[in-house]
Amino acid sequence: MSLLTVQNLRASFHTRHGVVRAVQDVSFSLEKGETIGIVGESGSGKSVTCYSLLRLIPQPPGRLEGGRALFDGVDLLSCPQNQLRAIRGKRISMIFQDPMTSLNPYLRIEEQLIEPLLIHDGLDRSEAVIRAVTALEDVGVPGAAQRIRCYPHEFSGGMRQRVMIAMALITRPELLIADEPTTALDVTVQAQILELIKKLQLELGTAVIWISHDLGVVAGFCQRVLVMYAGRIVETASTEAIFKRPKHPYNRALQKSIPALQARGAELYTIPGLPPDLSKTLPGCAFAPRCEFAEEACRSADIQLRGVEAAHDSACIRVQNGTVKL
Amino acid sequence: MPDAFLELRGVKTHFPVERGIFIRRRVGTVRAVDGVSLSLRKGEILGLVGESGCGKSTLGRTILQLIPPTEGGVVLAGKHLEQLRDAELREARADFQMIFQDPYASLNPRMTVYDALAEAIQVHQQVPVAELPRRVSELMQKVGLAPRFIKKYPHEFSGGQRQRIAIARALAVEPKLIVADEPVSALDVSIQAQIINLLAKLSREMQLTLIFISHDLSVVKHISDRIAVMYLGRIVELGAATEVFEEPLHPYTKALVSAVPVPDPDREKRRQRIILQGDPPSPMNPPAGCSFHPRCPYAVDACKTSVPALEDFGSGHMAACIRVKQIGAGTPTTNR
Repeated sequence: MSLLTVQNLRASFHTRHGVVRAVQDVSFSLEKGETIGIVGESGSGKSVTCYSLLRLIPQPPGRLEGGRALFDGVDLLSCPQNQLRAIRGKRISMIFQDPMTSLNPYLRIEEQLIEPLLIHDGLDRSEAVIRAVTALEDVGVPGAAQRIRCYPHEFSGGMRQRVMIAMALITRPELLIADEPTTALDVTVQAQILELIKKLQLELGTAVIWISHDLGVVAGFCQRVLVMYAGRIVETASTEAIFKRPKHPYNRALQKSIPALQARGAELYTIPGLPPDLSKTLPGCAFAPRCEFAEEACRSADIQLRGVEAAHDSACIRVQNGTVKL
Repeated sequence: MPDAFLELRGVKTHFPVERGIFIRRRVGTVRAVDGVSLSLRKGEILGLVGESGCGKSTLGRTILQLIPPTEGGVVLAGKHLEQLRDAELREARADFQMIFQDPYASLNPRMTVYDALAEAIQVHQQVPVAELPRRVSELMQKVGLAPRFIKKYPHEFSGGQRQRIAIARALAVEPKLIVADEPVSALDVSIQAQIINLLAKLSREMQLTLIFISHDLSVVKHISDRIAVMYLGRIVELGAATEVFEEPLHPYTKALVSAVPVPDPDREKRRQRIILQGDPPSPMNPPAGCSFHPRCPYAVDACKTSVPALEDFGSGHMAACIRVKQIGAGTPTTNR
């Protein structure tokens, strides 16, 4: 059985300017120990998807409109709060993009690290501190026994992200959700952090959902990739297939516009237009207005994610019916 | 370089660090830029890369005299910028402009596109008011904005469009040099490509000399003719873009290049990352000798004492490392 099965997740925000459908009909599953990447540009719904799973979006204005998220048989979206609380922070933890805003500046690292152990594992303080020092050593904080008494501002950005990782993994979770944890870091520090998470993941057998807009990070780190656009998954496949055999025009266009994959000085491919406004209902495919392959049917058809190859799904109707080869 | 259009001669920018509320005492110096010499041809695009705190933005601002250099000089088209008086400098500013990272912060939210661009045009030129609308729409077309947006405010635009307005504003005075400080870092991938194409096109068409500051090596490699890599206030490697990227000489550049994630699963598997230890040291208290030696996998005792100078290793590819010959060029791969 899968560790996590998400079915038809829908989430929206009710604002003064109308209802923004941030996540629409998102379904995916995740096996034990697997690493999947969710990629997409800002506003594509990748973060909202993951926040919804843990019911972390503020309600109101946010609203979970429907769907299920089965984690080990428990529906995270409808289970009672106390049951969710026993899972969140213990069996599922999360790392955020900006470690400075997710650490409490008034508390020593020690207090913040041992909190999950006191709450979830019922350890007493001295035991918890010993575990916390070990956890800090595991993430490569030098002089952990002394550094644990420091406040967050006394750490550099990379070190703070290490503290966040230690905190997220201290309860040995089965699932780690990482929301762009390396985006704010320099590349050499990013390489350190990626290496570290890979190592710890192997040791603990943790499954990881890695949210990123950086296709490069995803290529090196994930086994499977979901590509999101305008609140929907438009393509999902193994990392290999996503990069080698794109089956959705958006994914293909995205890769063509990355400088790293293009010849130096050549004009970069650009996707015309802008992402759609999600507060307006769009019939048909949301990418159609920007897509070079769009035809009349794209603007009205019912868009569904369907298998187009073994373990490779695409939401493009022209790829599905074989009228377009990418 | 005889045909140099812009020349930096031993530029140093130091900031005093002071303590105390009533009696300010100087307790240290941040050596943000610590001796940079460079020259650029007209129309050349130089990529300036390095991690946060390496001094790349400070260098950019020093070139434009937004921060006066502590030592050294900046010569633009024969003029010593650091020697100009205020009024002369203001006049000279028509020749050099800056584009900032955050287009949300660099435009006045209460000015329409027309106001913002017309103001920039009028600062340095006497243009009859009747002619302004035409000039403004020309500028807008040049950066790929439809002139029908002329009466709109910044909040009505997306990030990419705002960056276009900022670029149009920089172009309004018909500059010869533009320093772009992380102009695409705040933008999504698909929008980044548009802005990179635009800057490359403008540089080509207008013979603009461009200094492109970024932490993103793949973007810099794509747009630049040459790349300068900075570490702790100094240039540690300088050369043609493809050479620096594919045959890096300095150990820091090697680590930087190897750390850049490549969106290609095969290449990712083959690549071997050089994982540097620790964080960059504080520029207030840089290590003696080569400032990279505490993190360098190739460091020997001599690195701790002598400060390496930028040395030419053929066809203008320069590096500041005493061990280049022993280490060799390139980045490690497993079973190439």
